[in-house]
Amino acid sequence: MDLDTLVLMRRVRDRIDREYARPLDLESLARGVHVSSGHLSRQFKAAYGETPYQYLMTRRIERAMTLLRRGDLTVTEICFAVGCQSLGTFSARFTELVGVPPSVYRAEGAPVLPGMAPCIARRITRPVRNREAQPTPAP
Amino acid sequence: MTISIHSSFLPHLDPEASLAFYRDVLGFEVRLDVGHGAMRWITVGPVGQPDTAVVLHPPAVGHEFSDAERDTLLEVIAKGSYFGINLATEDLDAEFARLEAAGIDVVQEPIAQEYGVRDAAFRDPAGNLIRIQEVNHV
Repeated sequence: MDLDTLVLMRRVRDRIDREYARPLDLESLARGVHVSSGHLSRQFKAAYGETPYQYLMTRRIERAMTLLRRGDLTVTEICFAVGCQSLGTFSARFTELVGVPPSVYRAEGAPVLPGMAPCIARRITRPVRNREAQPTPAP
Repeated sequence: MTISIHSSFLPHLDPEASLAFYRDVLGFEVRLDVGHGAMRWITVGPVGQPDTAVVLHPPAVGHEFSDAERDTLLEVIAKGSYFGINLATEDLDAEFARLEAAGIDVVQEPIAQEYGVRDAAFRDPAGNLIRIQEVNHV
């Protein structure tokens, strides 16, 4: 891929990282770098191994994991706090990436942290993107 | 006896753009600037800290790199997936506001990370990831 396109893809990824909690969609991401949605989706996936939408959802769920571990917000509050509009989509994608639904993660994931050695806590709470990298069948 | 970190290295893809960023935006001083054209090695560092520096260098120079390796390295730099440096400041919010006003590419606004650091992140012109964290004393 040519370097100029890669730089554009980087800008899109950085924008997702910065603005994931806002109502981003593929069209607005594509408009931001003056390319079509289809082109963006294909090039982004070629560069980073997942589509902008997948990257966005993974970023949101990473953040949701953190908020769920904190334990002071409900699952619904967290769903909207990380920029998801639909609790159903959020829960389904969360379960897909983390292995358990957000409610279970909140109940069972939270108590492991206090007093735990940081190196262990880091391993257990490892960002889901590492799991995303494993080959999974297309939905 | 102690060992300090004297110089670390970050690639540039456009020496003038990177020089302007480190000198004019971050406020580093230029200590050495050798070479010409795209082949420049520019040593920059924070004012008042003469013992530590960053050398901005052209990536994949020399015969030891195959064309394919060079292309791959340039791609990885451009897509922002490899190189970076962590900086520190006493007033993260003020620094961030200043940098954002200067028009840098922001990756993350200042937030308190779960692992106990409060930081922000942005890109240099080459795509290197620059994180800057708040410390009580630099």
